[in-house]
Amino acid sequence: MKSTIKWRIGFLVVIAFLVINFFVFSYDLKFKLMNVALFSALFVLIRTVLGPSPADRIIAIDILGVLVVGICALIAITFDQSFFIDIGMAWALQSFIATLALAKFLEGRHLDE
Amino acid sequence: MSEIIGYILICIGLAFDFFGVLGLVRLPDVYNRLQAATKCVTFGTAGILAGVFVMEGYSSMGLKPIICIIFILLTAPVSAHAIARAAHRAKIKLTDKTIVDKYEEDKELY
Repeated sequence: MKSTIKWRIGFLVVIAFLVINFFVFSYDLKFKLMNVALFSALFVLIRTVLGPSPADRIIAIDILGVLVVGICALIAITFDQSFFIDIGMAWALQSFIATLALAKFLEGRHLDE
Repeated sequence: MSEIIGYILICIGLAFDFFGVLGLVRLPDVYNRLQAATKCVTFGTAGILAGVFVMEGYSSMGLKPIICIIFILLTAPVSAHAIARAAHRAKIKLTDKTIVDKYEEDKELY
């Protein structure tokens, strides 16, 4: 019963965010799209804090890296600066290496094995 | 015209990202969460980058997302497989509704 109330509150928060983002305020469209990506990053941070096992946190950090690549692409087309995509590429490289290292650490092996 | 197609691709990618992250929060298990979150990599961010490529065309800004897409599509399944294998070997429990676990049976064979 209690968990049902929790999911209903989350559903209402998502609906309220979408309505306020797209219909109440009048920004540029690119900023509205960027707000959706930032809201998704907030959910990823919730899973990072609450995750019961270490594997949940590793997955959340991996997905956060992928989301940051998308946010960098959106910033690049918003401000017409091409070097933000370079930042996204570097972030994807580092996120891949960090995920492999953390998975190996979770499995109980050492890094030179 | 190319700008409209680019915006449509970006909107599809953002929708995939958003629903993938919702699955990451909502689903009950490590492996289910991984299954939902990998969708968000493969079509979400790759869709956003493809939209940027369609909007910018063949310029120095438009070809960088192609490199980024190739790299992400090559590395995301590798990291997802590594996490799933490590989580199963670290004996993280599956959810209570699980019916069959083929990987455990295969490990007992060898």
